[in-house]
Amino acid sequence: MKFELRGITKRFPGVVANDGVNLHVSTGEVLALIGENGAGKSTLMNVLYGLYRADEGELLIDGKPSHFSSPADAIAAGIGMVHQHFMLVPVMTVAENVVLGVEPTGRFGSLDIDEARRMVREVSDKYSLELDPDAVIEDLSVGVRQRVEIVKVLMRDAKIVVFDEPTAVLTPSEILEFFEIVRSLVAAGRGVIFITHKLKEALSVADRINVLRRGKVVGEALPKNTSESQIAEMMVGRAVQLVVDKTEAVPRESMLDVRNVTVVEPDGRVVVDDVTFEVRVGEIVGVAGVQGNGQTELVEAIAGLRRAASGSIVLGGRDITTDSPRERHEAGMAHIPEDRQRQGLVTDLSIVENLVLTRYHDSEFSSGIRMKWDVAKTRAKELVAAYDIRTTDPAQPASTLSGGNQQKVIVARELSREIRLAVAAQPTRGIDVGSIEYVHAQIVKERDAGRAVLVVSTELDEVMSLADRVLVMYRGRIVADVDPKKVSHMDIGLYMAGSRPSGAVA
Amino acid sequence: MNDTLKSLRFTLLAVVAALFVSAFIIVITDIEALGNGDFGKALSTLGTAYWGLFKGSFGSLRAISNTITGATPLLLAGLAVSSAFKAGLFNIGATGQMLAGAITGLWVGFAFQLPPLLHVPLALVASAVGGAAFGAIPGILKARTGAHEVITTIMLNGIASFTVLWLLKTELFKREGRDDAISKFVEDSAKLPKLFWFMGKRIDLLAHTGFVVALLATFVFWWLLRKTTLGFEMQATGLNQEAARYAGMRTKSLMVVSMAIAGSFAGLAGGTEVMGLYGYASATVAGDIGFDAIAVALLGRSTPIGTLVSALLFGALQAGGRQMQVDTDVPIDLIIVLRALIVMFIAAPLLVKAMFRVKGEVKSFGQTFRGWGG
Amino acid sequence: MTTTQGIVISAEQRKRARSVGITYLVLAAVCLLVFTRRAGDAGFKIGESSQFTLPAQGFGWALGIVLVAVAAGQLLRGYGKLSNVVLALATAAFFMSFLAWAAAGDSFSFVGMLQDTVSRSVPITLGAIGGILSERSGVINISIEGMLLAAACTSAIGASLTNLWIGTLVGVLTGVALAAVLAVMSIRYKVDQVIVGFAINFFALGVTSFVSFRVLVPNRDTMNNLLPVMPIRIPLLADIPFIGQILFDQTIFVYFSFVAVALATWGLYRTKWGLRTRAIGEYPRAAGTLGVDVNKLRYRNLLLAGAVAGVGGAWWPIGIVGRFDQNITNGRGFIALAAVIFGRWHPVGALCGALVFALSEAVRLKIGNFDTGIPSEFLIMAPYVVTIVVVAGFIGASRAPKAAGQVYEDQ
Repeated sequence: MKFELRGITKRFPGVVANDGVNLHVSTGEVLALIGENGAGKSTLMNVLYGLYRADEGELLIDGKPSHFSSPADAIAAGIGMVHQHFMLVPVMTVAENVVLGVEPTGRFGSLDIDEARRMVREVSDKYSLELDPDAVIEDLSVGVRQRVEIVKVLMRDAKIVVFDEPTAVLTPSEILEFFEIVRSLVAAGRGVIFITHKLKEALSVADRINVLRRGKVVGEALPKNTSESQIAEMMVGRAVQLVVDKTEAVPRESMLDVRNVTVVEPDGRVVVDDVTFEVRVGEIVGVAGVQGNGQTELVEAIAGLRRAASGSIVLGGRDITTDSPRERHEAGMAHIPEDRQRQGLVTDLSIVENLVLTRYHDSEFSSGIRMKWDVAKTRAKELVAAYDIRTTDPAQPASTLSGGNQQKVIVARELSREIRLAVAAQPTRGIDVGSIEYVHAQIVKERDAGRAVLVVSTELDEVMSLADRVLVMYRGRIVADVDPKKVSHMDIGLYMAGSRPSGAVA
Repeated sequence: MNDTLKSLRFTLLAVVAALFVSAFIIVITDIEALGNGDFGKALSTLGTAYWGLFKGSFGSLRAISNTITGATPLLLAGLAVSSAFKAGLFNIGATGQMLAGAITGLWVGFAFQLPPLLHVPLALVASAVGGAAFGAIPGILKARTGAHEVITTIMLNGIASFTVLWLLKTELFKREGRDDAISKFVEDSAKLPKLFWFMGKRIDLLAHTGFVVALLATFVFWWLLRKTTLGFEMQATGLNQEAARYAGMRTKSLMVVSMAIAGSFAGLAGGTEVMGLYGYASATVAGDIGFDAIAVALLGRSTPIGTLVSALLFGALQAGGRQMQVDTDVPIDLIIVLRALIVMFIAAPLLVKAMFRVKGEVKSFGQTFRGWGG
Repeated sequence: MTTTQGIVISAEQRKRARSVGITYLVLAAVCLLVFTRRAGDAGFKIGESSQFTLPAQGFGWALGIVLVAVAAGQLLRGYGKLSNVVLALATAAFFMSFLAWAAAGDSFSFVGMLQDTVSRSVPITLGAIGGILSERSGVINISIEGMLLAAACTSAIGASLTNLWIGTLVGVLTGVALAAVLAVMSIRYKVDQVIVGFAINFFALGVTSFVSFRVLVPNRDTMNNLLPVMPIRIPLLADIPFIGQILFDQTIFVYFSFVAVALATWGLYRTKWGLRTRAIGEYPRAAGTLGVDVNKLRYRNLLLAGAVAGVGGAWWPIGIVGRFDQNITNGRGFIALAAVIFGRWHPVGALCGALVFALSEAVRLKIGNFDTGIPSEFLIMAPYVVTIVVVAGFIGASRAPKAAGQVYEDQ
């Protein structure tokens, strides 16, 4: 089967997300679609899957024009999709999720759950995915959830399988396993479209690579005769620096001292387990780990959004274990939260208001109960200029900004005052390369200005290139404390998966 | 066209659509006339009814006075709903908060002998405090247990109604010589002056200076939102509670404070009714005002000025509805229907757009509800 | 989704256990200080001629002491898996002690009170099922009250003009019509679901009052006058002592509500329809990307919810009263909403919630006859207080359908 998109154009109010895109994929091959965040990859895939209707262009299956008005049509035509955000109902079991939409039924429309279990086992055994049909999704790790998604697609007998950023949540070893699965799918006569922004992965698994930039396909490449930097340049439109530009760290006294901190969920699960580390002035400490291993909760405990069940947190000699977020802020802690839309910003409020969100109570912006909005406006203008926030008017709601510019608002707000410690969680998630470089430069600048910096990221490359010291978290514990220049990606990957490189002493 | 004009146009179209649907209801329920096949009579009833609606609301000074009288508690109670909305809370409890404020204001009104310059403010403060205290309860329940305010405020309305019913029969509040639930009169020194006092002895002009209190409260609400840290915190919490928590705002205390502020507005609504309109309290002193206030707030999109305008509109409907009931046999309950329809059409700009074939982008109404969880 | 290292007792759990313990102490105090004040035996009639008696004071003292012990156990070491059982038993015993105190020196029909409870639970249960059906598919249904009220009005007219069956059918259609408004407004026109719900409630209240004055009052005999249904004794089952009279000597509405609960439970958890419904209430996009037509299913489920609520509304005129009065539902729809939350969006749970609220109402009607010194107003507000206590006490542990209240954009 050959699947082809011709001249696909999709417009949203104010943006052209896809602009005359052509691409094709056949069974038995892997096409990598690469592009940076916001290049239009996901829109294109949603068009392909019948979730969006294209404004222009056509879809051809084996040369015949077809039309998808809903995912049901795409599924019927043999297209399967593994979404970046898993489409799994967390409170239901694996079997229930897998058969949703194609339920085996008995009398009176009753659900034949035994048959559903059997179906899951069959597919899971065939591709050795090792799934328990009765496990509830929310108890499963991300890697296992992805396998559930794959079973869903296979069960519907997809000829072409689309993976949207499938490796973002996997450990390096899980990524290798995932590539094995991709190869076995191709061997079984299926076609794969692999959407990613990671160059290495595209190069190692794809037969062909299409590069998407600003909604257009700007190039096609074959992995065997293309280099990483060539593709990067196609993606961004200019030469890109793949490493962070920084000097050797000169760490001084300890600024953040985390001792034996344990965090417990309301239902009794231990999510941060007896964690001890310090961050010194003049160094960037990176925390690596697969998403969901306690990093979020650790950051929340440090920032005061969660109470540590035991242990102590000391900032510059002052015990802040039981302090409120406000007190920690005043003690000189800046916090760039991991989810800018959910936590970092109130997107319906203006840029001006968001720039004082954590600072409105400082005497600069208010006296007593009265807000000094005129001061806030003046300051906002300065920050918009200084931090290169692209907006026509700071009185506009923050929701009008692109992801990268929203992140710059947070960075501007958090780093534009006298601080002692900066805690940045996933500081570059989902933003464009230009903004990534900018945010990284700001973080290094903070270090060089004599602050302590803690960076938490699930992007291993980011942690390895940005941090002066790397901690690895696994199941709530810190399992490694290493110098990024002295260990390989693979070794860190093993720590992230809970094992330990041979011969290593941790 | 700018945003204000556009939303004004939608509001007008919504009102027109609601009047149209109500007209239909008036005609089809005129079963006597329709039974005789007298379609003309049914239509003429409709004409008389809508004319009465207008005449009774704006047709004379007395009508305007009635409109203001009706709008006063609607505005204050509307602010109670609007201010809670701004903080992300759905306050259905204005009725209960009004009753609480009515009772505390009433008590100060008859239990003390003071000069008017002292007595009136004191009684007003008492009713604000009473409403605030009662309003804080659902805030505390939500902050501590996660119980949703939609449920707790409805139940607290019931609790308030029956508590007041009981209180009014106690020795403290009972009017001498009466066995039913009706209170003593407040002292003359605690009565709010009439708004049209300069018109001499026109006793039919009921509007009282409670309306001035309501306008002041509207200004306070505006000032709170625009000029204060508390208002900023309320809005941030209302729009994104997680971000507010991240920003160091104490979101749980804010829930309680916001509900107390809301309650104080509603409490004033109860107090001004007692001190300005009735001079005493009965079990029905709050009437349906607490529920109507939800419509007021929704129509006014929870802004200070919007709440003011929609309270005046609903006050006018109220006053006109009474005239309509007198002039025709169309019961005043039609006003409830009319209000429901206005709210529905206001909240559905997409529908209004389709009905009147209006072009252009529609700003969505926004979301009042963020799930049942704690 | 965090991978876990282990499980310990969290601060929240400890706090919760402590507040349960304090609740026991409060109950004990009430037993010892209040329920021991009235002397005499209380007679509980449990059949035509059989009754049991409880010595009010003795029972109060005994239970008070037991509750102190229970509280001590709770505060010192907790009851682990049994804690819910202990809580239920303690509440039941406390309730019996309350009845004994109220009826001290007198007797009342215990079985009659429970029979009344079951009957009164019907509209709440059916309203709650309507709520569950819509909220499980992701649409907040705050308009149960309006659906019940409007259906009560139209079914009274329908039944007065024709017969009870057609009357009920008219009620069902009315519920469906209002549900259709909710569906079209919230799905097609993307209006905030709570606002539509409220508008529907206002609308139903306004229209029914309007119709009541303008049409029903002048035509009382022809349009608002009917003979309600009689109880149907189910052979054999109704002869079971005590239970039989409570459960199997009831009107067809009661049996319908039992069937509705059973069907809804089976449907939601054992059928293809239920799987899809739960999926679109939790994570509609997951179902949507698998080819399930989310909005179509929401439409269907809402209409079904309206139909069930319509039967609940018909209960007033056709099941018990024999006519429609202005605002006859008097907030039962909101109690039904509370029952949905109490029952954690499960039909059986909602039935339990409905029974609790109905019981507090039935108790008021019985206790009102005794001179307990409690003002009648406080007895009337008991269901409201119970609702708040129950919602405040239980919602912390409940999980609402995640997508409830949100518009699903299928594009």
